[in-house]
Amino acid sequence: MNWISEWALPKIKTLFGATREVPENLWHKCSNCEQMVFHRDLERNLRVCPHCGHHERMGARQRLECTLDEGWQKIELPKVPADPLKFRDQRRYSDRLRDAQSKSGLDDAVVVGHGTIDGQPAVVAAFEFFFLGGSMGAGVGEALVAAARLAVLQDAPLIVFTASGGARMQEGAVSLMQMPRTVIATQMVKEAGLPFIVVMCDPTTGGVTASFAMLGDIHIAEPGAMIGFAGARVIEQTVREKLPEGFQRAEYLLAHGILDMVVKRGDMKATLAQVISLLRVPEVPVFPALAAPSAASESSAA
Amino acid sequence: MSHFLEFEKPLAELAGKVEELRRTTDAGGIDVAEEVGRLQDKAQKLLAATYAKLTPWQKAQVARHPERPKALDYVAHLIQGFTPLAGDRAFADDAAVIGGIGRFRGRAVAVLGTEKGHDTETRVKHNFGMAKPEGYRKARRIMELAGRFGLPILSFVDTSGAFPGIEAEARGQAEAIARSIEAGLEAPVPFVATIIGEGGSGGAIALAAADRVLMLEHAIYSVISPEGCASILWRDAAQASTAAEALRLTADDLKKLNLVDTVVPEPMGGAHRAREAAMDAVGNAVAAALEPLLALDGASLRIRRREKFLDMGRTATL
Ligand SMILES: [Zn+2]
Ligand SMILES: [Zn+2]
Repeated sequence: MNWISEWALPKIKTLFGATREVPENLWHKCSNCEQMVFHRDLERNLRVCPHCGHHERMGARQRLECTLDEGWQKIELPKVPADPLKFRDQRRYSDRLRDAQSKSGLDDAVVVGHGTIDGQPAVVAAFEFFFLGGSMGAGVGEALVAAARLAVLQDAPLIVFTASGGARMQEGAVSLMQMPRTVIATQMVKEAGLPFIVVMCDPTTGGVTASFAMLGDIHIAEPGAMIGFAGARVIEQTVREKLPEGFQRAEYLLAHGILDMVVKRGDMKATLAQVISLLRVPEVPVFPALAAPSAASESSAA
Repeated sequence: MSHFLEFEKPLAELAGKVEELRRTTDAGGIDVAEEVGRLQDKAQKLLAATYAKLTPWQKAQVARHPERPKALDYVAHLIQGFTPLAGDRAFADDAAVIGGIGRFRGRAVAVLGTEKGHDTETRVKHNFGMAKPEGYRKARRIMELAGRFGLPILSFVDTSGAFPGIEAEARGQAEAIARSIEAGLEAPVPFVATIIGEGGSGGAIALAAADRVLMLEHAIYSVISPEGCASILWRDAAQASTAAEALRLTADDLKKLNLVDTVVPEPMGGAHRAREAAMDAVGNAVAAALEPLLALDGASLRIRRREKFLDMGRTATL
């Protein structure tokens, strides 16, 4: 459990205000190129490996932090019945849930915030993959419905950053019903004439992909993100074929027409701001110099 | 009835004994009518006792019984003038999803179903009821058609889930399912879905985002198969029976959780023992569910359907 000791614990400490600084001497080994990078440098680089550009997974709060302008606010999410089935495998689901809550300081696997993106109002929901694999149960479904309602109330676009292994099995058919419930959330946003933008992060699979995540007005993904419906192992077992190179990666989905764009984390905020502006602001003042760049700039360049 | 399930072994043995006695009689031996009658009585009692307390895992096996009526059987039995429609208008026709228009008790309706097939040939033809993107896109197309012509939608769901394949992923399996759910939620016409056998995950909800969801007494409806759940959470597919228990996938549990509206009782011993009677019972239940919806206009139907799904899980707990 590398991520707990290396990343999650220091991060949690900052959440609880125990200590703000991440140990400076801690190195992180890139999970892709295996080169070493200072933790501090990795965080500064939005958890993108400076050597190979690999996008490490990012927590939900940090996601909101680097997407929304300063001063954004996290919203309180509606409570849902925890553990509707009284589910137990080798452990009680209620215990797993409590563990995940105390380790993350979150109620469930989605954090919702509102604020502005380069000055434009926006509601942003981000999945916390480190919370039970970002799995979708009633709490997550309710969070997305709440985010949609807030977007409508604030007349703001809804942006969802996904990172989820799919449905939360321990909630059985209750988790299955989050598929239509989150589809309804997208309908509320769209009916209000607001943009619904999905940013798929590693990984986005199963019931999350097959519901709200595939119903965006705009589909963006982070480089290399694993995105699909069925798990690669299940597919391999079913078709007994070797999976193609890059199968279910963001670039593969882009090539197959399922995404609009693959955007590096460092460019994400600017891309979102641009898309929102183009969808929401019909006209902006044009400065004469920008309106007719031809004469001056071309002659000087020649 | 020729196929006995594992847990029906004692029933199979009794049936064997009855058969044997009959042969003796036919061969001109002593009259054993009384003994046959006694054994048949015993078999009936055993059947009733067995089916009165099926475990969730046993129900999963009944739900998958090869002789249980399949979607096309319901269509043949309940729909008059069925006119099958084909294709997603983009890539292919997926036989795992059947659909068309026809009359249900005189009323023109659109019909959808996931069809598993009943023998090797038809199972292969229908891909064991596991649809690909073109299947869900066909479903969506037919739901939209139904909306335009004011035809109520009836669906019959029986699938282990969407097909997990390379091509299916490349053609947007997830998007196809999402759009099919969306089409169901948006339909401005009454929509009654019936889980007739296996309601497997996203592949099932794609055809069941309905005003009323009915479920047969021994059908199952789950986010993952008991085997799949067992291999992930117990790391042992042999724990399927335990997983089936934990998943609460039976009709009774789903009704308690308010995730389905009506449980349709099956003939004693399951739908596969009295197929006609089971299909008639479904027909009556569908008619009863449809009746009050016919009075509502498209906008009210959509609002009520939406509210129904939004309410799910807010209070549901066993
Ligand atoms: Zn690290
Ligand atoms: Zn690297």
